[in-house]
Amino acid sequence: MQGISRRDLLRNLSVSVAGGSVLAVIPAEAAELVHQLVHKEKAAAVAGKYAPKYFSPIQYEALTALCDTIIPKDEKSGGAIEAGAPEFIDLLTSENEDYQLELGGGFMWLDNYCVDNYDHTFLECTPAQQKEVLDLIAYRKNAMADPSLSQGVAFFAFLREMTCDGFYTSKIGIADLEYIGNVAIAEFPGCPPFPHS
Amino acid sequence: MAQVARTPKTYDVCVIGSGAGGGMAAKILTQGGLDVLMLEAGPQVYPEKDFKMMMWPYELPHRGVGIGGEAGKNFGEFLAPNGAWKIEGEPYTSSPGSNFQWFRSRIVGGRTNHWGRIALRFAPVDFRSKTRDGIGDDWPISYEDISPYYDKVEGYIGVFGTKENVPSAPDGLFLPPPKPRCSEVLIKRACDKLNITCIPSRLAVLTKALNGRAPCHYCGQCGRGCVTASNFSSSQVLLPPAMKTGKLTLITGAMAREVLVGPDGKATGVSYIDKASKSEKRISARAVVLAASACESARLLLNSKSKLFPDGLANSSGTVGRYLMDSVGSGGWGYVPQMEQMPPHNHDGTGGMHMYIPWWKYDRRNDFPRGYHIEMGGGRDMPGVGMFGDVCDEFEGYGATLKSTCRKRYGTGISFAGRGEMVPNADTYCELDPGMVDQWGIPVLKFHFKWSDYEIRQAKDMQETFKSIIEAMGGEYRTKTPIDGPNAFGIEDGGKIIHEVGTARMGADPKTSVLNGYCQAHDVKNVFVVDGAPLVTNPDKNPTLTIMALSWRASDYLLQQAKSGSL
Repeated sequence: MQGISRRDLLRNLSVSVAGGSVLAVIPAEAAELVHQLVHKEKAAAVAGKYAPKYFSPIQYEALTALCDTIIPKDEKSGGAIEAGAPEFIDLLTSENEDYQLELGGGFMWLDNYCVDNYDHTFLECTPAQQKEVLDLIAYRKNAMADPSLSQGVAFFAFLREMTCDGFYTSKIGIADLEYIGNVAIAEFPGCPPFPHS
Repeated sequence: MAQVARTPKTYDVCVIGSGAGGGMAAKILTQGGLDVLMLEAGPQVYPEKDFKMMMWPYELPHRGVGIGGEAGKNFGEFLAPNGAWKIEGEPYTSSPGSNFQWFRSRIVGGRTNHWGRIALRFAPVDFRSKTRDGIGDDWPISYEDISPYYDKVEGYIGVFGTKENVPSAPDGLFLPPPKPRCSEVLIKRACDKLNITCIPSRLAVLTKALNGRAPCHYCGQCGRGCVTASNFSSSQVLLPPAMKTGKLTLITGAMAREVLVGPDGKATGVSYIDKASKSEKRISARAVVLAASACESARLLLNSKSKLFPDGLANSSGTVGRYLMDSVGSGGWGYVPQMEQMPPHNHDGTGGMHMYIPWWKYDRRNDFPRGYHIEMGGGRDMPGVGMFGDVCDEFEGYGATLKSTCRKRYGTGISFAGRGEMVPNADTYCELDPGMVDQWGIPVLKFHFKWSDYEIRQAKDMQETFKSIIEAMGGEYRTKTPIDGPNAFGIEDGGKIIHEVGTARMGADPKTSVLNGYCQAHDVKNVFVVDGAPLVTNPDKNPTLTIMALSWRASDYLLQQAKSGSL
């Protein structure tokens, strides 16, 4: 068998994210390999600081901020940053031309929009301004009302899903969901009693 | 003539392919005392190294990951060695509008390393379809002919299930089934309300130790390959006993080019490309058993042209490559709020469903011929990429609300996959593409594929059924499908279900079929085909169990013929 190349896997991941893959869900271990690679590279980098492979330092800072906003830390678990979502997204993007267009173009759109409306790039905007723009691009209905937002809405939808992917394939994300399994047991216990039946 | 290395030894049988059909043939033939040489186009498989069973995502060892520029090829080591839709250097083509997808596994064990382990018997009526509804053709053999071999295969490989007396889904020799998962308990209740038959599934997974293999440990990851061989694969269950006889020689990295024929019109061996040395080699054998997968075996026969057989070997009927079928596939899912009530619990089980819906409308008039079964999934699976795509789509937003919604919705999706019977049609076949060869210089296949209204109406019925079950569970059916176009009602492209069969079908009449009822070529008595190619129909039962039963039966016959000197 020909080895499935890294590129093929990432293509497959991208198809899955788009929702039309052969595999409805890419095995967690495949996504985790990306995490592993990132950890390796992180360890190798000076002072453990992740060096973005695709995004510019400014874009990466914006990516990190958006990931944190999408899946924040709460009383139950850490957030997307702790889960390594920005690294995960950067690595995948560095390997996938479609992601590059979607996300790279998206960050450009975001800054352009913010400069037009607030005279500052996204990162330079006040928290209130940032919230204002995110509240616009986080919902499709806003793009229907104002088609000029449609690229921003598509970008945010893409990033939202990738952030979830990065978070929920990490150790803390899996723990957050209280997934119980991946253990050897002698007998399958079946379903516990339904609370309301 | 170019230098071609020919092995000095003449083997009794050359088996091409090491999957379900080839593995079974190798086991039966070697245990019957024959010297067998097996050619496999891919490499050896090493379960401990190649199967990534039970690895926690965050505990994966760095083995094989590679760093920097080296990382690329190592991605493959993380997935089960499960083949690919595209293999570099080995293309195939599809006529306009066909979009046929061909999944090939070049590895010892073939697709049995990753298959779904769904092991269903064909029903008596499936062997006489034409007699029943006037469409297609009957088989030259009956259920009574194959039933003893189903018994043997189930007894040897281990299949769990229950005796149910459903006419469309004959009972077998079953190990006890595992308990149903929560999602399956709810589906069963809904089906009871709707008068839809829902019974324990039948998977080639051991719920008790069998023939030295440990029982399942319920990690739910059969698709990654099983290190303990608690599920069935040819590489772990059929080839080891064949090897133990000392009669099996396995050559990996061997891409078969052609079945060689002598002046008397009998096969004399096989020519193949040794991939490592890129050189042409030849095997001499008294009989040749093709088990390269239905389409690959058809390709081999079509490429085995000679003065005696100008249209390809065993193809005087012109039917090699014809009667290509896949299963009708359409899927859907729904959100079931009741699943939110469930406390966290281990939902893994075996890899695959513990319950399923056999074809239940066999006794009434439907607006399509034949039938389908329904597979099911959903619940608290190990999280993976894409799992919350639907939540993101539905709820949008971000932040604490999104996070708590993901938490709440985790495990609440229930999915169904229909698998139905396709009737062969004149527009669906494969042939050699005169314009293209692969990297070994072997002409490639061109596919023609078309669903007829029979299959489209079946897919429509599937969608309606999925919706009714989800709604009977108090859920909301979420899948939306087009009502026309190439994927009407969610019907998958041809080949996508990976049940492609029929391309060298058996039949009583040599003018309309390639093989006789023993999978023996009408035209060439020492050539057999024992993969999915011999199937005359492709009922709503995954073909692997039947492939193995037919292969065992053909191998018994071949042994008998060899002993009586009739080959």
